[in-house]
Amino acid sequence: MAKITQLHVNGNDAQIDAEGERTLLSVLRDDLNLTGPKYGCGEGRCGACTVLLEGAAVRSCQINIGSLGQRKVVTIEGLAPNGQLHPLQEAFLKHDAFQCGYCTCGMIMSGVSLLGKRKDPAEAEILRFMEGNVCRCGAYQRIVAAIKDAAKTIAGGGS
Amino acid sequence: MSGTEELAIELERYELFEPCRYHFAVDRREFFKILGSGLVVLFLADDTSAQPAPADRRRGGQAPADINAWLHIGEDGAITVFTGKTEVGQNIRTSLTLAVAEELRVLPAAVKLVMADTELTPYDMGTFGSQTTPQMASRLHKTAAAAREALLDLAADHFKADRSSLQFADGKITNPASKESVTFGDLTKGQKLVKSVSGDGAETPAKDWKIAGTSLAKVNGRDFVTGKHKYTPDMVVQGMLHGQILRPSAFEATMDSFDPGAAAQMPRVTVVHDGDFVGVTAPDPLTAEHAINAIRAKWTTKPQPSSSELFDYLRKNARDGGGGGGESGRGGGGRGGGGNNSGSIEEGLAAASHKLQATYTIAYIAHTPLEPRAAVAQWEDGKLTVWTGTQRPFGVRSDLASTFGVAEENVRVIVPDTGSGYGGKHTGEAAIEAARLAKAAGKPVKLVWTRQEEFTWAYFRPAGLIDITSGVRDDGTITAWEFHNYNSGGSALACPYDVANQKCQTHSSSSPLRQGSYRALAATGNNFARESHIDDLAHAVKMDPLEFRLKNLKNSRLRDVLEAAADAFGWNKTKLADGHGIGLAVGTEKGSFLATCAEVLADKDSGTVKVLRAVTAFDCGAVVNPNHLKNQIEGAMVMGLGGALFEAIEFANGMITNPFMADYRVPRFSDLPKLEVVLVDRKDVASAGAGETPIIGIAPAVGNAIFAASNIRLRSMPMVPEGLRG
Repeated sequence: MAKITQLHVNGNDAQIDAEGERTLLSVLRDDLNLTGPKYGCGEGRCGACTVLLEGAAVRSCQINIGSLGQRKVVTIEGLAPNGQLHPLQEAFLKHDAFQCGYCTCGMIMSGVSLLGKRKDPAEAEILRFMEGNVCRCGAYQRIVAAIKDAAKTIAGGGS
Repeated sequence: MSGTEELAIELERYELFEPCRYHFAVDRREFFKILGSGLVVLFLADDTSAQPAPADRRRGGQAPADINAWLHIGEDGAITVFTGKTEVGQNIRTSLTLAVAEELRVLPAAVKLVMADTELTPYDMGTFGSQTTPQMASRLHKTAAAAREALLDLAADHFKADRSSLQFADGKITNPASKESVTFGDLTKGQKLVKSVSGDGAETPAKDWKIAGTSLAKVNGRDFVTGKHKYTPDMVVQGMLHGQILRPSAFEATMDSFDPGAAAQMPRVTVVHDGDFVGVTAPDPLTAEHAINAIRAKWTTKPQPSSSELFDYLRKNARDGGGGGGESGRGGGGRGGGGNNSGSIEEGLAAASHKLQATYTIAYIAHTPLEPRAAVAQWEDGKLTVWTGTQRPFGVRSDLASTFGVAEENVRVIVPDTGSGYGGKHTGEAAIEAARLAKAAGKPVKLVWTRQEEFTWAYFRPAGLIDITSGVRDDGTITAWEFHNYNSGGSALACPYDVANQKCQTHSSSSPLRQGSYRALAATGNNFARESHIDDLAHAVKMDPLEFRLKNLKNSRLRDVLEAAADAFGWNKTKLADGHGIGLAVGTEKGSFLATCAEVLADKDSGTVKVLRAVTAFDCGAVVNPNHLKNQIEGAMVMGLGGALFEAIEFANGMITNPFMADYRVPRFSDLPKLEVVLVDRKDVASAGAGETPIIGIAPAVGNAIFAASNIRLRSMPMVPEGLRG
């Protein structure tokens, strides 16, 4: 596969020099030092590597950079570029919706994707949408509460 | 392990528990060289748990004081605490901060913790056994209280006033007579003052806590929601390469032949072959993967038991009495030998109206920490620095020093706050492998285990086989209780019910898989068996399971949590729909007490079991951080559901046959019951650690609820890996 020299990440064209068959996760982490997305399983089954691709949650460990073209990638590092946290990040803090935190960036990116599609997701919708993200520490109930809370904040005009 | 080393906690079974050869004895001037002038307070441990084995102490009566923690207040008033404990998601960075902030009467934000860095922090045996809160938090209370006293002395000098007249609050000391205040920095400026404390001091009793006991959010939480926090796999060192290891084709396989193949010619790839160790380094992870795949090795394997014959194997290989050490290399066996014995089982059974006998099985399960084992290793001028996620940084330092034949003072292990452990990260495999690769490559190397490696080459929660024989009188009095655990261990072995005739024993066996610690150790399996059996006894005498337990329980803390959980749950208060059932269980371990109630929907036709809600009431003494304690208890219920319902490691021919997330099911959002936690806060009782024990109630509570719903008694953990079968 041909080399890829450019990726659109977090609002910028990042210059890279990487084989197209490499995973988006590895290029983000190892070439661009964007380590918010984590390696958890390499199978697309834990969600720790979740990033947004054109606004939709994807497992970056399952995507080769050769397939991306100019599509826009957003990682957790791009969620609060000016230090102003996204309402879901604030809600995670408020609800202590994590323990070790290793799943947190992926959880937040999945949650942001859901909130982009649904303004006021029902609990069953949240559970279904988040099913691919594993929190081994088991903070699921708090994560659900955080997503609901962030939905309210956003509906109330929060950024 | 020598008898004198015996601790109140159950030590790891399979690990080489080598005593630390190096004693932390920092020259007093060193503190100030590292941190600048100010006030230092040392905590001198006087018990064995914080120290290397007594036999290994320096000879000649010159044993240096065993410093267990220290605290520094700098000239700018900055408060820095040093502890060898590791943060793995149990939120001790936050709870220990609370302890120090409480005693120094400052905001938690004013306290910084340096943790788990063998060069900066004092020796610590490791972060396990729920010991951080009862030991380290208590010591930091004492240390910080001693610092407060020292500051008061300095302030009394400064104001030329009676120290008892001074007010110590909000990070400053005020002389009410003159209305003047001084900050900590004003007092420590230019000082090189070292104080020490051991034993009891001026620490604040829990009933008077103002900062400890409050729900402080995770102290560095913002770093976790922004991706700023760097876990070991996120570390970058200048010039770093990526490593991969060639794994044998099966457990205990030996290498017959080795051919580096195309890997030998790959540019910027180094192949490392040292005995049975084979690994590669490459500039990026994909090249490393290509290189490792290009290597050809042949292995000789030997026949090994499979999971289908596991429990027969454990019984067949049982050794009566056993011993603490277990089988080397695989950690076979739990702590063998006696549990509690009283009266006569024969007489107890003779007095019974109903006798029951049942066998329970506990599968191997995997910790599955989301952060896999990983390390970054760097050699510089014969000195080795390794960043790695381990619960035993000093143990890993010892392992590295002996593996590479270097002095421990030339090895530094740093543990970044880690993506969980659950007892699964007591070892340093990745650290050793990364260091070996880095040595060969002459450059720093990062090694991150794949999920498949994590599922295969880590260690597992021990499998177990439990036999119970019991007797009960028609009035509900338990007359006999005989309990035998094969292989999985002795945690929570003792029967908390008041039974005149009882015998509880563990038996070592040979473990087909490498096994070790797991959150709450054997307590989960032992409690599952016991509380499932108690439920059967209650049904045998047609008593309500709650009433039956209360009849046989004298322990007031257990009775309190049981009643609290039953109240919050509404035990027997609502009419249940068809297919629904409720169950409860109690348990005690490591100084904590719990009761869990659960409601399930069990559909015999479809085989579906759904846990709808669960309530746990928990008493661990004085609560340090209510919100984080609730988080731990909720998380433990969720994690415990996995082992209760569907988690099991399958194996055959020396290989794990389900080493992927796709095949090894862990609890997900859809498994989430509605969870409720009731904290029974006991300000009059010292705080116990609470990261482990909350996991031991959910499996039996759910099992008992399934029985209530379906009349099917499940005696194997996991209970419904393939759904409910009649």
